[in-house]
Amino acid sequence: MDKIIYLDSAATTKTSPEVLDSMLPYLKDSFGNPSSIYSIARESKRAIEKAREQVADALNCNINEIYFTSGGTESDNWAIKGIAFANEKKGKHIITTSIEHHAVLHTCEYLEKYGFKITYLPVKSNGIIDIETLKKEIRDDTILISVMFANNEIGSIQPIKEIGDLAKEKDIYFHTDAVQAIGKIPIDVEELHIDLLSLSAHKFHGPKGVGVLYLRNGVNISEMLHGGGQEKKKRAGTENVAGIVGLGEAIHLATKKVEKRNKKIIKLREYLIDEILERIPDTILNGDREKRLPGNVNVCFKYIEGESILLMLDIKKICASSGSACTSGSLEPSHVLLALGLKHELAHGSLRLTLSEHTTKEEIDYVLEVLPIIVDKLRGMSPLINQKK
Amino acid sequence: MEEYSEKVMEHFFNPRNVGEIESPDGVGEVGNPRCGDIMRMYIKVKDNRIEEIKFKTFGCGAAVATSSMVTEMVKGKTLDEALKITNRAVAEALDGLPPLKMHCSNLAEEGVKAAIEDYRKKNEKKM
Repeated sequence: MDKIIYLDSAATTKTSPEVLDSMLPYLKDSFGNPSSIYSIARESKRAIEKAREQVADALNCNINEIYFTSGGTESDNWAIKGIAFANEKKGKHIITTSIEHHAVLHTCEYLEKYGFKITYLPVKSNGIIDIETLKKEIRDDTILISVMFANNEIGSIQPIKEIGDLAKEKDIYFHTDAVQAIGKIPIDVEELHIDLLSLSAHKFHGPKGVGVLYLRNGVNISEMLHGGGQEKKKRAGTENVAGIVGLGEAIHLATKKVEKRNKKIIKLREYLIDEILERIPDTILNGDREKRLPGNVNVCFKYIEGESILLMLDIKKICASSGSACTSGSLEPSHVLLALGLKHELAHGSLRLTLSEHTTKEEIDYVLEVLPIIVDKLRGMSPLINQKK
Repeated sequence: MEEYSEKVMEHFFNPRNVGEIESPDGVGEVGNPRCGDIMRMYIKVKDNRIEEIKFKTFGCGAAVATSSMVTEMVKGKTLDEALKITNRAVAEALDGLPPLKMHCSNLAEEGVKAAIEDYRKKNEKKM
């Protein structure tokens, strides 16, 4: 293959041409500061409000419940710290899960230094929490439940509706990090009783550096950034106009025809999973087979290490990722894989391939051709396997 | 992520001396599967020199490349000479390693030492 085969859509996606086109005017002549009063400034202001409508449409909420941020990490930080500090008189207990993104986990760890008590819910071996366990962990001083919609590594989808119902019944705020789910799973914040939701544009063919925090009206939260009056004084700073416009266009496109797109992606994913398990012995699939993001494949190959797999895929022009320690910059493999109960040496041998609507059958066939050869080569070098020749 | 040097990549894709030695004179295994690195070195010793050396490694690109490089560096050397090869020398021979990967070069040094120690222990017993 001559071209790059991009199978890392959970890491980021290519900005779509329509999205780029929608942004360009605001990087050129329509450069006005939305807070000013003359015509080009009003154009910027209108563009932001249009994007707000597009997001509100996608989530089924009011436009005044949408706040633009710099991305998923900021939205997660704001949601959790903002609820914690505004409601600490009510209680200092927060429930989250052990498989959250670090933007949630490290924020919770930070809050522990300020006396907050955090419960990190375990997950079952399929990467999904047990709702009964969550019920038992709720206390009188619980102020927030933060559970990701779908996991970035293993794609497992959480029972968001049940959590939302429970949180509503117990009068506890419910935040979900939906960074991986937007554009893949239809999300209706009303139906699911979500109070706060984080999303990031670059995961659904929008630009990097822009995201949203959906904040239900009436939720008591402290400000993210102090300064000017932007975003109803809750998140100050001159708006990233082009980015916001791109996010609006991207979410509009991403939430259109989801079912049809998913059907195609799921078919390819199932083919890829089946064939990997068939062609490569001593391989396990991580995450739930059914309750899984459409484009997510995550497997562990016994006896070999993930970074080596990625380097060998890279010279074959295949972009993928791994939960091995060597790819995370620490000595520990992915916390998500460990939370599933995998042994360290197995977790080091993980490979994540994430498909998008642009992935083709030819690309998948090419991966299926080279992957078994790579695994064989590395296993041939591995001291963990006894080869009797 | 920090980039590997061309030399690291060259050794990773074409590792020298991979495999096992049948009835080796010494075997050394270092590393830990928890951390995602295990190196096993096999040596054949003749007249106090490393006549043959082979390795098997479970690990990242740097782990494989340092294994490969260290086997080239010690092959044909006397045991005392081989013991003097430091992790830094292995890393330098590969035109450097990203800081986070320096521990891989420790394993290369330790792997060779462990194999020589094993050889010496076995031979003490024989004497």
